[in-house]
Amino acid sequence: MTDDVGKTGCSGCEEASEEELLARLDEVIEKYKEKPGALIPVLQMAQGIFGYLPEVALKKVAKGLGKPYSEVAGVVGFYSFFSTVPRGRNLIRVCLGTACYVRGGMQVLEALKKQLGIDVGETTEDREFSLEVARCFGACGLAPVITINDVVHHRVKPARINEVLAQYAPEAVGAGGRSE
Amino acid sequence: MPVLTVDDIKVEVPEGTSLLDACRQAGARIPTLCYLEGVQAIGACRMCLVEVEGAKTLVVSCVQPATEGMVVHTSSSRARRARRAVLELLLSEHAGDCQSCVRTADCELRSLAELLNIDEVTYQGERTSQKIDRTTPALVRDTGKCISCRRCVTVCNQVQGVGALFPQNRGFNTVIGPAFAMDLADVVCVQCGQCAAVCPVGAITENSVTEKVWEALDDPKKHVIVQTAPAIRAALGEEFGYEPGTLVTDKMVAALRRLGFDAVFDTNFTADLTIIEEGTELLTRLKKALVEDKEVALPMFTSCSPGWINYMEHYNPDMLANLSTCKSPQQMFGALAKTYYPKKLGMDPKNVVVVSVMPCTAKKFECARPEMGRDGMQDVDYVLTTRELARMVKQAGIDFRSLPEQKMDKPLGISTGAADIFAATGGVMEAALRTAYEIVTGTAFPFDNLHVTPIQGLEGVKEASVTIEETVPDWAFLKGATVNVAVAHGLANAQKVIDRIRRGEASYHFVEVMTCPGGCIGGGGQPRLTSDAVRQARIKAIYAEDEGRELRKSHENPEILALYDEYLGQPLGHLSHELLHTKYTEKDRV
Repeated sequence: MTDDVGKTGCSGCEEASEEELLARLDEVIEKYKEKPGALIPVLQMAQGIFGYLPEVALKKVAKGLGKPYSEVAGVVGFYSFFSTVPRGRNLIRVCLGTACYVRGGMQVLEALKKQLGIDVGETTEDREFSLEVARCFGACGLAPVITINDVVHHRVKPARINEVLAQYAPEAVGAGGRSE
Repeated sequence: MPVLTVDDIKVEVPEGTSLLDACRQAGARIPTLCYLEGVQAIGACRMCLVEVEGAKTLVVSCVQPATEGMVVHTSSSRARRARRAVLELLLSEHAGDCQSCVRTADCELRSLAELLNIDEVTYQGERTSQKIDRTTPALVRDTGKCISCRRCVTVCNQVQGVGALFPQNRGFNTVIGPAFAMDLADVVCVQCGQCAAVCPVGAITENSVTEKVWEALDDPKKHVIVQTAPAIRAALGEEFGYEPGTLVTDKMVAALRRLGFDAVFDTNFTADLTIIEEGTELLTRLKKALVEDKEVALPMFTSCSPGWINYMEHYNPDMLANLSTCKSPQQMFGALAKTYYPKKLGMDPKNVVVVSVMPCTAKKFECARPEMGRDGMQDVDYVLTTRELARMVKQAGIDFRSLPEQKMDKPLGISTGAADIFAATGGVMEAALRTAYEIVTGTAFPFDNLHVTPIQGLEGVKEASVTIEETVPDWAFLKGATVNVAVAHGLANAQKVIDRIRRGEASYHFVEVMTCPGGCIGGGGQPRLTSDAVRQARIKAIYAEDEGRELRKSHENPEILALYDEYLGQPLGHLSHELLHTKYTEKDRV
């Protein structure tokens, strides 16, 4: 199961049609529907396929696994990892777990909000970046930590946030960006 | 068996007993809120905290097993302070408008506040977000009053297997409700109201129509008639201080007259009618299968319980043909009350208002179904729950306990004991067997005191077989046949029966399903709180009502015979088909 769960990236999803994506989800459901505790892994894989969790996918998961839709929605709403709105090409998660929080996680988050011009849970207009908060990636010794897609950036300094972002979409750091 | 000490009293309890139950056995009354006997013990509310010597923290007694040598203090100052803090925190979030809340008299949160002597809520802070959902005819949800105890979640998911409700979001933002804060009308909810029956506060209640019924009663141009379901008479008394299981049939009739109903009738009348129609339908299906070798859906399922109908339409749409086409007794009554009855009285059906008193919230949904009417009128205009009727009686200033004993009106108020037992799980089946057996064999139903004991009681799924030794000539093909029947109550139990049928593990001919545990006596509209002991008491009362009757078989009801004679013709005849039968619609599961 872990191998499939790992495939949460969105690479190539722009090219596939919705039918193709739903067919891929059908395969996942078919493979896991008899296994106990399949809901969370299947949701992770569904998010990997679609980039987020659209209603059509969630209803398919509920029907396919024989779970009430309310339970599927409850699990999706419980974990900040899951998103029901489309995300940008790059997903930034700022850790606000205890260690990151005391070592300036909030300042990192504020810097990102200012730099990107979006709030938590939002996506930039050019669909390059989405911003979310998370609770602990298990890298507390490297606090404060953020992840961008599947890469962990450690000891992030608010003042140098541009340099981190530049690695992903140099154009996003243009006009509004400051580099003190 | 572990022995422990609770407040200096030694108690011995069976292995696996919860600490809460052990404390209760020692005579300690520990407050609880989320706990629901036999249904839920999850330690969500933390009201049942007790102090256990040697434990670092206070212990949540409903989820802690009692173990050997435990020394427990249920009322130490530490435990009392903690419970008080827990309750104050709950109160600080609760959007409680106690003066106008329908639950004010029996709110468990309010009575705990009284019990714990809370005169001031110290904590001030953010309140739970409030959204009031009135989108279904059956239920009203008020998230502001919800204390997230999850009783409704457990009954909806575990007992009913429906899962309309689940905790959404996280932490302080948790909302108990349908997926993504959708309205109840937009999700799969069978509207059984078991959630409303277990809610400790006013967060889920019936969608009340008492004001509309008052308006009808106040309108001199309207002829307002009432039907009462069999389950009401065994439970209504509880709202007026009677012990559970007290029959108040005759006082109930008097109360309804005092409220101003022009005629007081009985859903029992059409329960008897249901037996004639449904029994004939079953025998016809058996004949088609056994003699004419035709494709016919068997087993046949009963169709009296509207939550069950909703459940089948959403969850087992491929088996809709197995449902009896008979309308429920409520809707058969409505159809006759807007046709046969006004015709008999020379009255315009437009002036007849039909009010039902039901133990059920799904009946409110059922009466509004588009197929349940004619000429632009619904057959049943308003459905009151048992609780709503009690409120109207109180509102009218009627001293229920001192009312005289009165009888139902003719013709739609005449019934047999077979109709009474519709209220209890197994009752419809027993009533059907009493009649079908006698029709087929021409001999008396051979069960002791007419009771089929294997299908009585609170076991989730019950079975019985009846062998037909001799028959009258018309039913000779059934000679020597064994008819297998099953009875399920609670929709999760019903689904178990369906799964067994699907897997080919059971070959039933006839299956009774009641949506609510215990049958209608445990319905979502009944007085709160319905424990198994209360269910047993009400069932006992129902059987007593049956046994006290001269006529105990539906086919002996003289008014039913007259109805066929004067109006309907014959069972499953043309007019029966038009008035008393219905069809079902496949609906989506999610």
